[in-house]
Amino acid sequence: METLSFRRTAPHRAAGSRKLAIVGVVASGNLEVLVERILPDSECQLEITTAAEGFGAVWDAVVADFVERHSPGGLKLSVNDGGARPDTVSLRLAQAVRSIAEEAL
Amino acid sequence: MIAPQPQALAPSMARNDSVSWYESSARARVRLLLDPGSFREFIGPEMREVSPHLAIFDLPEQFDDGILVGRGSLGGSPVFIAAQEGRFMGGAFGEVHGAKLTGLLRAARDSKSIPVLILFDTGGVRLQEANAGELAIAEIMRAVIEARSTGVKVIGLIGGRSGCYGGGGLIAACCSALAVSEQGRIGVSGPEVIETNRGVEEFDAKDRALVWRTMGGKNRRLIGGADAFADDTVQSFRETALELLASVAGFGLDNLKAEQARLEQRLQAFGACPDAVDIWKAEGVLGADAVPDMDTDAFIALANEVRRPSRDAR
Repeated sequence: METLSFRRTAPHRAAGSRKLAIVGVVASGNLEVLVERILPDSECQLEITTAAEGFGAVWDAVVADFVERHSPGGLKLSVNDGGARPDTVSLRLAQAVRSIAEEAL
Repeated sequence: MIAPQPQALAPSMARNDSVSWYESSARARVRLLLDPGSFREFIGPEMREVSPHLAIFDLPEQFDDGILVGRGSLGGSPVFIAAQEGRFMGGAFGEVHGAKLTGLLRAARDSKSIPVLILFDTGGVRLQEANAGELAIAEIMRAVIEARSTGVKVIGLIGGRSGCYGGGGLIAACCSALAVSEQGRIGVSGPEVIETNRGVEEFDAKDRALVWRTMGGKNRRLIGGADAFADDTVQSFRETALELLASVAGFGLDNLKAEQARLEQRLQAFGACPDAVDIWKAEGVLGADAVPDMDTDAFIALANEVRRPSRDAR
């Protein structure tokens, strides 16, 4: 297992008012993302635990792309990864931001 | 608890007949099964109560350890609910996973009335934490019986991709009633385990038709292992759960004796049958060979004719 941590500046605050959301499942080629609204509006953080070791540079690129596209300001995203491909990771991260933006039931 | 405001459901929240139970995640099943917005999770993923064992094996963890527990309402009445995620380690029981279910059942026991729904989706005990998992199974079985002894109904719903095997099958057998879909399989030893231990002559795990007609929902319903048959939709499981909650009888020594008698009778009647189809024929099912292809409504009608759910056993 490998642990990676990223802290980035986000252009603006993530939409919505929910404090918490979770998407995905930990399985082969899949991942779960727990997203919590606990940071200042201009910051975001990703804590990744992955079964696939040695892909730090790929994660760095995926995270940079994610922050630019979805501006997850104020969010901490915690990832448990079962060895998902970068495109799956991107979709799950986007889904997490969308989920926390939805109206709370 | 504050009653949820009536509101239009977003497309992702839609409750309709097309949402497959089998394909849904544990969280989606809970959200769509209960009254909208009523679910409150205990020990949610943000608490990160993960398995203490998986890291030793260099295996990934899941924040809810593959099970969510909580409370909500079904048809306006309070229920406790647990749902296993069959895609995380095959929905298998580990130490934390099991403890969450044990705690939920003890809360139900202390309430003396609030029923428990267990959405099984499990291959049994997690091999990486086998001792803790086996102990968890024993604790859960005890907790189910203790809860039932105080008047709590414990209903199992089975229709997930991992079925309900191993210790999960034992726990299911302790429940007040079970609902199963065609996709739901119930057993203790799975097909591969039987083949490995007893030989291919005993059970050919590669023969999928054999596996389904032996362990699948239809046979379990016909031989009385499950009490109700549901279509593979969240809506059908919701309706079936409501029916079972309304019809399950109380629990006591008489039930256990009746259940013992039922099982002895079943063994006597069908013990010599080499195949599930032979059991159905012995039961007097006309056109038994057509049962696997029967659609849900036709099968439910047949099952109700052949075997009305017993309310005095279990």
